Amino acid sequence: MKSRFFGQVFAAVLVDALYEMRNYPVVLVNTVLSPLSFLLVIAFVSRGGLIGDAIEGGFIMSMFSSGMSLQSDLSHLKNDFKLQDMVVASPTSPFTYVTGMALAELVYSIPALAVLTVLAWIFIHPTAGEALVLVGVMLLMFLTSIAIGFTLATFSSDIVQSFAFSRLISTLFSTLPPVYYPVTYIPLPFRYAAYLSPTTYAAVIAQSATGFLSQAGVSIVLDWTVMVAVTVVLSLIAVKKARWREV
Amino acid sequence: MGKGELVCSGLTKIYDNSNGRKALDSIELAVPARGILSLIGMNGAGKTTLVRILATQLAPTSGGATLDGDDVVKDAKRLRKRIAVIPQEARAIPWMTPRQTVLTYLMWRGYTYGESKKRAAEALARVGLEQQSNVMNRRLSGGMKRKVLVATVLAADADVSFLDEPTTGLDPVSRRELWRFLDEIARDHFLILTTHYLEEAEQLANVIGVMDKGKVVGIGTLEQLRGSLKYQYSIRLPVAVQLPQFEGVATPGRDGGVQILTNEGEAYRLSQAFLSAGTKFSVNRVSLDDVFFHFVHAEIGEHGQ
Ligand SMILES: Nc1ncnc2c1ncn2[C@@H]1O[C@H](COP(=O)(O)OP(=O)(O)OP(=O)(O)O)[C@@H](O)[C@H]1O
Ligand SMILES: [Mg+2]
Repeated sequence: MKSRFFGQVFAAVLVDALYEMRNYPVVLVNTVLSPLSFLLVIAFVSRGGLIGDAIEGGFIMSMFSSGMSLQSDLSHLKNDFKLQDMVVASPTSPFTYVTGMALAELVYSIPALAVLTVLAWIFIHPTAGEALVLVGVMLLMFLTSIAIGFTLATFSSDIVQSFAFSRLISTLFSTLPPVYYPVTYIPLPFRYAAYLSPTTYAAVIAQSATGFLSQAGVSIVLDWTVMVAVTVVLSLIAVKKARWREV
Repeated sequence: MGKGELVCSGLTKIYDNSNGRKALDSIELAVPARGILSLIGMNGAGKTTLVRILATQLAPTSGGATLDGDDVVKDAKRLRKRIAVIPQEARAIPWMTPRQTVLTYLMWRGYTYGESKKRAAEALARVGLEQQSNVMNRRLSGGMKRKVLVATVLAADADVSFLDEPTTGLDPVSRRELWRFLDEIARDHFLILTTHYLEEAEQLANVIGVMDKGKVVGIGTLEQLRGSLKYQYSIRLPVAVQLPQFEGVATPGRDGGVQILTNEGEAYRLSQAFLSAGTKFSVNRVSLDDVFFHFVHAEIGEHGQ
């Protein structure tokens, strides 16, 4: 049973990442460039002052975009190839299928993560404890975005609509919120709006951990609580509401 | 209940946003779950909808179905271990090779990597694709792509396989090869196959279901379906001639000839008459074509003349 699970997960990684990468290596360039492009802009505009924030932003952004890529890949495989229909009528559970596809997205992020890790090494040099916090935040970000991506994908039957949707979500949660710079740069009435996005909490936690932002202890606990709660709630929604069998 | 059978009771499907139109309308049927069940019917008759519900991909609006005793909704988890499907609109993923396509599908079905590799090679050889097994799917012809999917599902060795128009786009030789293959598999598996090629259903199916406007309007062996027609013999005349009085119907054919549907006694009498008059003709049992038009239109064999 266990070996079957790993095989099923590996099948998804092969289809959605390894085979595709072998064929269209150019997609890798894109996965490296998209989190780095914002980073560079922020680093230059701040004359290097925000480079640490921007690197952390790159990590968060690449985790968040995994879920968005998952959403468009799942929709593509489901609507254009009817692959999901074939997997539904098989012993593979939705959980296993999504775990495999999510890992495939992570495989795609490896080049970007490698570049970011080198940059973090040079410009942030975090302690082991700080690194642990960063990894924890990234993990929560990843789970959150995967849950959103999967839930949306199971509802999409119209590819155009689903692409538009994922772009909207991307903008709302990763371009607009203060992921690459401190939330305190946003003037006050608007700052509250930023707290509607889970990516803001991730950035605040990461920036505080490495000393780019000073936050009271209570407020850090609150940020963690929100992050964990959002991850749990979105995962539950994904488990309960995502459509495996169509209606 | 329903062990060894496919049973549908009151099975109804109304899609969202379809103004209450019934894609499936209270389907009742019980057929043995072995051999080949072929579903035929015009575009939009509901074949794919029925297949998708039975293959646990689509929820029924009301009513239900069981396959070998397992409810397609409540026991879906158990059922999914035993079924495999090629959706009508499935396409081989262009950035993969046939070998990779079959291999990964088999891994999703629970085979190990090694087993999957072996079975994939066998299945691809079986559909005549061993030469192409390492070529990207996007470089294959339309029919070859279709064969990749057929190989995929048949390699799975599932108890029940659903094939929604598997032979669309195959050349006549490949189609016949596939028939032989399906026939062999059906000896110890249950295949549910939809098709627009009536000859295919006639050749392959143990049981034929005729669908029309969301209903199964006729189901049974070809012999049983024939039995529900008023006239079971078909006489074809290549050229129209003055016909004697007879019981039955005559319809002008596309080619300027005439088709006569009649009963056995009249067929015998008419044949004698044509023979002695030197009229060219052929006489046959009614074909699935005739049966199909009977069920779908009802006018042939009732009005006509
Ligand atoms: N996803 C859907 N949403 C709404 N209506 C649908 C959907 N899929 C099918 N229908 C409708 O249900 C009816 C039955 O369609 P179905 O696809 O089952 O027909 P079919 O017998 O498979 O036809 P074909 O031979 O063309 O494949 C049609 O009227 C169709 O318009
Ligand atoms: Mg169909």
